[in-house]
Amino acid sequence: MSFVKEFWEFIKIRKKYWLLPIIIVLVLFGGLIILTQGSAVAPFIYTIF
Amino acid sequence: MTSILGISAFYHDSAAAILVDGRIIAAAQEERFTRKKHDSSYPFNAIKFVLKYSKLKLSEIDYIVFYEKPFLKFERLLETYVALAPKGFIQFAKAMPSWLREKLFQKKIIIDSLKKIEKNFNDEKKIYFSEHHLSHAASAFYPSPFEEAIVLTADGVGEWATTTVAIGNKNDLQIKKEIHFPHSLGLLYSAFTYYTGFKVNSGEYKLMGLAPYGEPKYVDKIKENLIDIKSDGSFRMNQDYFNYSTGLTMTNSKFHNLFGQSPRNPKIEKVTQFHMDIAASIQKVTEEIILKISKSLKEEYKIPNLCLAGGVALNCVANGKILEEKIFENIWIQPAAGDAGGSLGGALALWYLELKNKRFVSKEDDMKGSYLGPQFSNQEIKDKLSNLGAKFHEFDENDIINKTAEDLNAGKAVGWFQGRMEFGPRALGGRSILGDARSPFMQKNLNLKVKYRESFRPFAPSVLREDVNEWFQINIDSPYMLLVANINNSKKIEMSEKDKNLFGIDKLNVQRSEIPAVTHVDYSARVQTVNEKTNPIYYKLIKKFKEKTSCPVIVNTSFNVRGEPIVNTPKDAFDCFMGTELDTLVIGNCYLIKKEQNPSLKKDYTKQFELD
Repeated sequence: MSFVKEFWEFIKIRKKYWLLPIIIVLVLFGGLIILTQGSAVAPFIYTIF
Repeated sequence: MTSILGISAFYHDSAAAILVDGRIIAAAQEERFTRKKHDSSYPFNAIKFVLKYSKLKLSEIDYIVFYEKPFLKFERLLETYVALAPKGFIQFAKAMPSWLREKLFQKKIIIDSLKKIEKNFNDEKKIYFSEHHLSHAASAFYPSPFEEAIVLTADGVGEWATTTVAIGNKNDLQIKKEIHFPHSLGLLYSAFTYYTGFKVNSGEYKLMGLAPYGEPKYVDKIKENLIDIKSDGSFRMNQDYFNYSTGLTMTNSKFHNLFGQSPRNPKIEKVTQFHMDIAASIQKVTEEIILKISKSLKEEYKIPNLCLAGGVALNCVANGKILEEKIFENIWIQPAAGDAGGSLGGALALWYLELKNKRFVSKEDDMKGSYLGPQFSNQEIKDKLSNLGAKFHEFDENDIINKTAEDLNAGKAVGWFQGRMEFGPRALGGRSILGDARSPFMQKNLNLKVKYRESFRPFAPSVLREDVNEWFQINIDSPYMLLVANINNSKKIEMSEKDKNLFGIDKLNVQRSEIPAVTHVDYSARVQTVNEKTNPIYYKLIKKFKEKTSCPVIVNTSFNVRGEPIVNTPKDAFDCFMGTELDTLVIGNCYLIKKEQNPSLKKDYTKQFELD
């Protein structure tokens, strides 16, 4: 959680709010890719693409 | 007592440094322990060493500083990809997994890694992040002997900045100007390193060494197409010719068409006159930029002292030009100018800028000759050598100096291992291979039989400080081998008309001075001045050599072979000794002769390390 807080602080100070949507999508997909590597969740990713 | 641990890691040249009450106690690069050149992994071994040397436990450390800000770097990457989309997708796809897995969570990685050194470590409040170029600037200014100085840093790229100008005054250091990515002097030089078939981030020295063999024929082409240089030295690069922002190479086909050739493939293509001319041209452009920046800064701030750091500050030829032009009264260059020095700079920045401690400027610098690494007692050396099955003789200091000086006079290649290991890329008489600078065969012999490296590469001289002016056109301290100066006219041997017309590497065979082994084809030399105070035993050795030969100059090259990090331990030194054609090895008070060693201990050393 401290990471999210720190990153939010960073975004605020740098006033780079427009990066947020990109980061959220990246983290979601990135997390999904990492999670699905060789796991039972794998089929889920195919349904997205 | 306040202690600060500085860490640089994850890109190239990981390192750790430790400050106690603002004094630099120890610093080392991870590559020396892992034996992997430019090792970028988390510096476990270096951290363990600096803690052990300063007799501190991790829990006793007050602050831990990482040398750059990962969030800011991530911001730069994202903005670059968004700005250039869809072009940079391949690079984006390659970069993101490692960012999302680890690089973005560096604080956690640092804590988890520190836990491996000390289980109960969990004090995340102790962890700070400096900025990449602020770390470089701090490493250049705070240890320098100046109360006030202009600090210039230049490298490939940090977070956003690639070149910065800062003003240091007492304990204060303020960054005044920056040039941002993708406009980068370091990346421009690296692009040409790549184009001439050398490895980016390590082959830049080779390009610099190759430059004097060529003619700077392509300077206009570079200036007209690749880079727009303003009168104050600031610059913009034409990204149409480069591929590093979006692709997986440094240059693109437009760049190759401009010069009429594809990048050299080092596996199948030799270095030709074309590559030498390219090297000469980019070196000249680099010097022009550095000189213009230096002149404009001197004019603007009117401060007589200059400090340099960042990878570009390792371009000792350009540094020598600043000196030659007499733009500044004094120049000081951080010996660990690359990213390794960032560990030290980050720690210094915290001590002075965050904790606001008073700075005491010493007459000499605070780097202790850059001898900040591990050392071994005579007993440890003897035990290790005995375990390895080495045959050695033990002498007292005077005798060992006398014997080594005799060996050098007899033209032998000597492995020299004394005291603490150097911090930074140069061997400065702690872990060095030494030879007779007067020998016309020494350069070729050392390059081909000892170092296994390209025959065009020059060697550097170590000279007694008090004699430097008699042999070289320089009369200031250059303890870190980061300034290039010409050989004095009285020591030169003029080339005949026939010799002058020789091309490229053929020039190398012409004896150009009384000390040919350290005279480059353009009569230049990368000088190391040796001072009695910073390295007494090395000083005594050169003095003894002078007594015997009237020459206070010897060849000093790093104790390693091509692609290998500089030796760290007596074992590394013995392995290198047995794997190469070194004649003798001097470790502490132990003296080893190759012919006396058991031949079965010989190793095929040439294939042990990946070529750089």
